[in-house]
Amino acid sequence: MSGVQHSPDAAMPLDTARGAHGVQPALWYTAALALLALLLPFLEGVPVIGWLASPFQRIQLTYGLVFSIAALAFNLLLGYTGLLSFGHAAFFGGAAYAAGLLVKYLHVYSMEGFLLAGLTSALVLAAVFGSVCVRYTRIFFSILTLALSQVLWALALKFFWITNGTDGLSIPTPTLLGGLVGTAGDKVRFLSFTYYYYVLFIFFICVAVMGVIAASPFGKALQAIRDNEVRAQFVGIGVRRYRWYAFVISGAFTGVAGALFAPLNGLTTPDILHWTFSGKIVFMTVLGGFKSFIGPILGGVAYNYLETYVIKTTEYWQMLLGIILVALVLVMPQGIVGVFAWGSRRERRNR
Amino acid sequence: MPLLFAQGLRKSFGETRAVDGVDFFVESEELVSLVGSNGAGKTTLVNLLSGLLVPDAGSIAFQDIDITAVPVRDRIRAGIARSFQLVNLFDQLSALDNVRLAIFSRDGTTRQLLRLAERNRPARNEAMEILRDFGLEDKWDTPAAGLAQGERKLLDVALAYALRPKLILLDEPTSGVGTREKGTIMDAVAQLVRERFLAAVIVEHDMDVVFAYSHRIVMMHQGKVLAEGTPEQIRADERVAAALLGKA
Repeated sequence: MSGVQHSPDAAMPLDTARGAHGVQPALWYTAALALLALLLPFLEGVPVIGWLASPFQRIQLTYGLVFSIAALAFNLLLGYTGLLSFGHAAFFGGAAYAAGLLVKYLHVYSMEGFLLAGLTSALVLAAVFGSVCVRYTRIFFSILTLALSQVLWALALKFFWITNGTDGLSIPTPTLLGGLVGTAGDKVRFLSFTYYYYVLFIFFICVAVMGVIAASPFGKALQAIRDNEVRAQFVGIGVRRYRWYAFVISGAFTGVAGALFAPLNGLTTPDILHWTFSGKIVFMTVLGGFKSFIGPILGGVAYNYLETYVIKTTEYWQMLLGIILVALVLVMPQGIVGVFAWGSRRERRNR
Repeated sequence: MPLLFAQGLRKSFGETRAVDGVDFFVESEELVSLVGSNGAGKTTLVNLLSGLLVPDAGSIAFQDIDITAVPVRDRIRAGIARSFQLVNLFDQLSALDNVRLAIFSRDGTTRQLLRLAERNRPARNEAMEILRDFGLEDKWDTPAAGLAQGERKLLDVALAYALRPKLILLDEPTSGVGTREKGTIMDAVAQLVRERFLAAVIVEHDMDVVFAYSHRIVMMHQGKVLAEGTPEQIRADERVAAALLGKA
């Protein structure tokens, strides 16, 4: 039994058949998906899945993976600690802006520099925001995170001589691993191949680390706080302090996603600091299923496709997304993962 | 000095004097039952001793150290644990994880971020052993929300016990469960007190249970201690009979 695959979900009464029956297929699906992602750039022209391997689609998937990291990090707070943040745009956008400012003022073009700056900015922001917000729970927590993140958005908008206002900061193609990996050639080739692998690699690391955190004694303590704050206190857990830890960790990983987003998008605008972007992160997580560890991963990827193709079809795309969200909450509150779990339960019953 | 010694405790909620000048003590390895009708102040007294409430007046000493205003976490570290009248569990966590969490917290390992909980074999084994002591080993994998009422009561006590306290405060551990399960719960508690050298304070309504298991009984009425003594003394006390009949 792999702890990473099993334990995060062990707490969630989604799939009742645990042990050999529940774990093995999930493990195989995960391994197969990981392998597919690794081989994807070489599958162009292959029947059935070849269309997924085109450069355009690979860049789409890269966006999806970046969103997945953010949604996964967000869900450490929502699904595991029971806190609904409406301010995660601050950590995502803050990290992207940190990369942009690094380019503008220090002329640093190193991706590792972006990641370091993004991680640091998210850590600092989350530590400060968290110290204010975790004093409250429920709607008060949500409103506070929203308000604080809007302050950051307003700063990015108004201090245009630093941030270029609504025009945003442009992020050129960075060097990867200190120039060890060739970044020459056209931008599409870079983003759809070199950068695709770079993001995929960091995605794997983030999933593994967050998976371990979720299944660690610390992760269990967060779930205990989510389930019953008073009892958590009476087994000796410093509830507020642990909420703050969770907030900072969640913010830090969201910052990693933001830093990865910056060169992918080539531009950081105040949109990604706005509370509506926080709302998108919430949407992704709910779409994938916040009651399981892997739900937000599926949600991040699925959301990106949804947005890309829905925008193409109608100018009322936001209305359509709204309708989907309502349907989601009413019909499948456990998200995409819930549908899979339901399907596999049915299959087992029919066997 | 007794293990726990409280003097002149008072706590009011508005006009209501829930606990009105109570002196209370527990000796080591003693099983004390708190009895009395609803509103007698039993739960409030337990809340004061466990740190959920701070008294308006009076003092509490545990092992000769004043803990009147000490926060919950430090009381737990000192060795006072409690269970709850209305079952208070981590509903989405399995029975094993509920107990294991208490062990992690006791050992200070909840700070471990990058180690799988499952890898901590001693904690797992100890948790399974505790589940066995409470007859819950078959349900180790069941989320607490999926347990029967009696099992939930047992798990609630098991959680407090897993903290390895010197004194355990049990607020109505048998309320809302069937007669046979009452015996199971009380047998488990009595055995722990006997074998693991715990002291216990038990709030209980069922007088049969109280007389069968207690070393000493404290009877409360309207926020005050009405009578106190061994089961034989209490059984013979006319004031107690009157108060109990008044309740019925």
